[in-house]
Amino acid sequence: MSTARAEILAGIRKALRRGPLAAAEQAALEDRIRRHDRHIIPERVNRSTGELVELFLAKAGEVATTLEEVDDNAGVAGAIAGYLARENLPARLVAAPAVREFGVDWDTVPTLEVRTGSANRDDGVAVTVGMAGIAETGTLLLVSGADTPTSLNFVPPHGIVLLRRGDIVGSWEDGWDLVRRSPLPRVVNFVTGPSRTGDIEQKIQIGVHGPVRLHVILVG
Amino acid sequence: MQAPQRDEKPLRVGLFVTCLVDLFRPSVGFAAIRLLEDAGCEVVVPRSQGCCGQPAYNSGDNAGARAVARTLLDGFADCDHVVIPSGSCAGMLHHHLADLFADDAELGHRARHLAARCHELVSFLVDVLGVTSVEARCEARATYHDSCSGLRELGVREQPRRLLASVDGLELAEMTEAEVCCGFGGTFCVKYPEISDAMVANKLANIVAADAGLVLAGDLGCLLNMAGKASREGHDIAFRHVAEVLAGTDGTPALGRG
Amino acid sequence: MQGSNSKAFPASARAALDDAVLQSALHNLKSGFPVRRAEVVADLPEFEALRDAGRDIKDHTLANLDAYLELYEERVTASGGQVHWARTAAEACDIVMRICNDAGARTVTKGKSMVAEEIGLNERLDASGIRRVETDLGEYIVQLRGETPSHIIVPAVHVTRQEIGATFREAHDGLDPDRSLDDPRAITDEARERLRADFFAAEVGITGANFLIAESGSSVIVTNEGNGDLTQTLARVHVVVASIEKLVPTAEDAMAILRLLARSATGQEASVYTTVSTGPRRPGDPDGPEAYHVVLVDNGRSALIGTGFQDMLRCIRCAACMNHCPVYGAVGGHAYGWVYPGPMGAVLTPSLIGIDHSSHLPNASTFCGRCEQVCPMRIPLTRMMRNYRAVAHERGLGSRRARLALTLWVLVASRPVLYRWAARAGAAALRVLAFGRGRLRRLPLAAGWTATRDLPTPEAGGTFMSRYRRGQQR
Repeated sequence: MSTARAEILAGIRKALRRGPLAAAEQAALEDRIRRHDRHIIPERVNRSTGELVELFLAKAGEVATTLEEVDDNAGVAGAIAGYLARENLPARLVAAPAVREFGVDWDTVPTLEVRTGSANRDDGVAVTVGMAGIAETGTLLLVSGADTPTSLNFVPPHGIVLLRRGDIVGSWEDGWDLVRRSPLPRVVNFVTGPSRTGDIEQKIQIGVHGPVRLHVILVG
Repeated sequence: MQAPQRDEKPLRVGLFVTCLVDLFRPSVGFAAIRLLEDAGCEVVVPRSQGCCGQPAYNSGDNAGARAVARTLLDGFADCDHVVIPSGSCAGMLHHHLADLFADDAELGHRARHLAARCHELVSFLVDVLGVTSVEARCEARATYHDSCSGLRELGVREQPRRLLASVDGLELAEMTEAEVCCGFGGTFCVKYPEISDAMVANKLANIVAADAGLVLAGDLGCLLNMAGKASREGHDIAFRHVAEVLAGTDGTPALGRG
Repeated sequence: MQGSNSKAFPASARAALDDAVLQSALHNLKSGFPVRRAEVVADLPEFEALRDAGRDIKDHTLANLDAYLELYEERVTASGGQVHWARTAAEACDIVMRICNDAGARTVTKGKSMVAEEIGLNERLDASGIRRVETDLGEYIVQLRGETPSHIIVPAVHVTRQEIGATFREAHDGLDPDRSLDDPRAITDEARERLRADFFAAEVGITGANFLIAESGSSVIVTNEGNGDLTQTLARVHVVVASIEKLVPTAEDAMAILRLLARSATGQEASVYTTVSTGPRRPGDPDGPEAYHVVLVDNGRSALIGTGFQDMLRCIRCAACMNHCPVYGAVGGHAYGWVYPGPMGAVLTPSLIGIDHSSHLPNASTFCGRCEQVCPMRIPLTRMMRNYRAVAHERGLGSRRARLALTLWVLVASRPVLYRWAARAGAAALRVLAFGRGRLRRLPLAAGWTATRDLPTPEAGGTFMSRYRRGQQR
């Protein structure tokens, strides 16, 4: 191990006026990690599932995320095509492999040109799948994986996220509990609205390096 | 004055007048005595008092601060409470005095005993004595500046506003950023005069925008700073310590006017 | 380490006060951030309790920092990443340069990182001939202008849109001269288009970290623009440069503090992007970096543990203290002369570069306490500034005249009889000097005051103590 490492750790221990932790103390820290207790959860998420959906819609709207609701999988392809048409966008998009899970039948919109995979520089519209919606702040929880490339969340100027109504949870910790069910993905993105900046005279501009528009299609 | 009746013997209150009031504005000291006596206190003014030591303490000269603050440890020993017409000096004594003498068992004990009994005047009237209104008259549209130490170290905010609301003829108009520092800061105003001036200019602009003819505050340092700036800029605005108005002004001209 | 100009604080402050453009920018800052913060804080009744939780989490972590760092390292390694330890700024730069060279880097993209500024990484990269592209819009503007950030979350807060437009015209080859760059939208679009190619071209992407999570060996970045995520997703190699006090034990610990961070910083309930990254690309992953490095920077921090300045290590760099500081609001960030401005800088700068180089910073405060009132981590900023004043006083720093005046004052004020006499004499003298006008326009030895302010004279009749005594005798 490097000298720097040893010296930094020794310096910290010296400052703390002790040596390495005793086994029991070390075990207590590891136990704290295993328990990963929550701290204070905002009261605002203590409500019924239906009300959480309402809160999610309201909070997401506050941060300039646009939303539409469809009844079932069958409505998804049409909703996407409708979004492209409304925004005057070419009928071309890149989709996450996970979109399959929604049983989207692209053939119902034959004019749509769909590529599946990660994002290229010139992609204009991405469609991906959210693991959860967090009502507390109107936040989308997106994770990386073979079927959900992270680049889709950031590269194309238009991001469309498919989200199941049943996947809306209350707090960030509730979202993280879903993440904890499987091995931790390489990237977990909490996304609260389209990209923005206040760097020019503190005037908020929506759409900087990340998506300019963020559109959620809530299914179910 | 509306204050609860006390059956037991009156509280013995020592007035620590503070160096700025002693030097610049004795009427604040007399106003404080009047307010405390009206509320049923027995007021004493021990001779052994000068400064709380804050100028040295805030300059990092802890030994100097100890030497100055030491002068306060004796005079107030027989008082139930020590009352101070300044949030800044009260904050110094209440929160920092004990730290200064932490290394000395004997003096440390006396410092802690004194610190625990120190109060800012207006919050003492309201929070300790239960005063809810005063009998005073003042025809003016006034604005109140929250001095930093009183506000943030001692929680003096609603108490002066509550009592001012009972003053006949007084209309209280809140300025924007009433809680932002005026730029006095003790020695800060002479160590960094240009920054201090920018801050007081900002404060004056807010005062002018509130269209008030009278500015009130609980600390003489801030008042001297704001009054001096207003006078230099040619504004016809009066500046007074809040105690002067609550006790009923006795005809003393406002700060800088005689 | 980046050179410090903190000794020139008074002169820099004066220049800043005379800079009309800067003053107008600062006016926007003072009127914007505090109002937005107050609104979102009012919307979260749990905010004060969360401040206690945030403080306790960091205190617990610092009390066990060695053990948590070891756990963290173990888990980074287990996820396929690599941890590097740097005692000093120079060591940290050496490590980053080695990683860049091993990756054959010609272009490096960088997310906003204050610790990178602190260790002077920008200068090292530039000197090496590697093309460095700052991707945060504010940092990019500051880079093109050859400046340093003047605020820790709004680096270009001192620059107007007209100046940015002019800077882009000068720096961006092939920019259509007819294209308008007058408004923030047009400027933002231009930056977006320009930087797109760089995100894809960069071999190495460097980010900072808002948190490191020991539980999983993860790094967390919190941004609004999406630049940090593009930087770390598209480059072949992701380098995280983070100081050791960024550590928290678990994701839940980070989330508690995240509730404080965005609200305190920009007045948002949540920043747009909070990203938790763990190791390099996994088998089957269609994108992400092939290598993941973390450079843990000490650079003086471990020496603060156990001292009266340890609490500063709780700082989460939200900038609420400077957004609410009337001194920062008057002079802006560059006057402070080093990386970290405002109240947090007035404590952190002496902690990292020494009080001998920065004694003005903890002194240039009125102790108004607004910084502490808003600090989400309850850092006792004024107490620590005062402690640095004491250190500076002990070392004899500061002007000799001020020290002499203080010594004389203590001499008098510690002797009540002498003091009462001096006060009486002073009051009388001031009244004589004012010729009965009630105020002084000039006063020898107090020119700092009277240059721009009158000094109201003492009331007629003598000091309080003398009048009170006379009244008692009567």
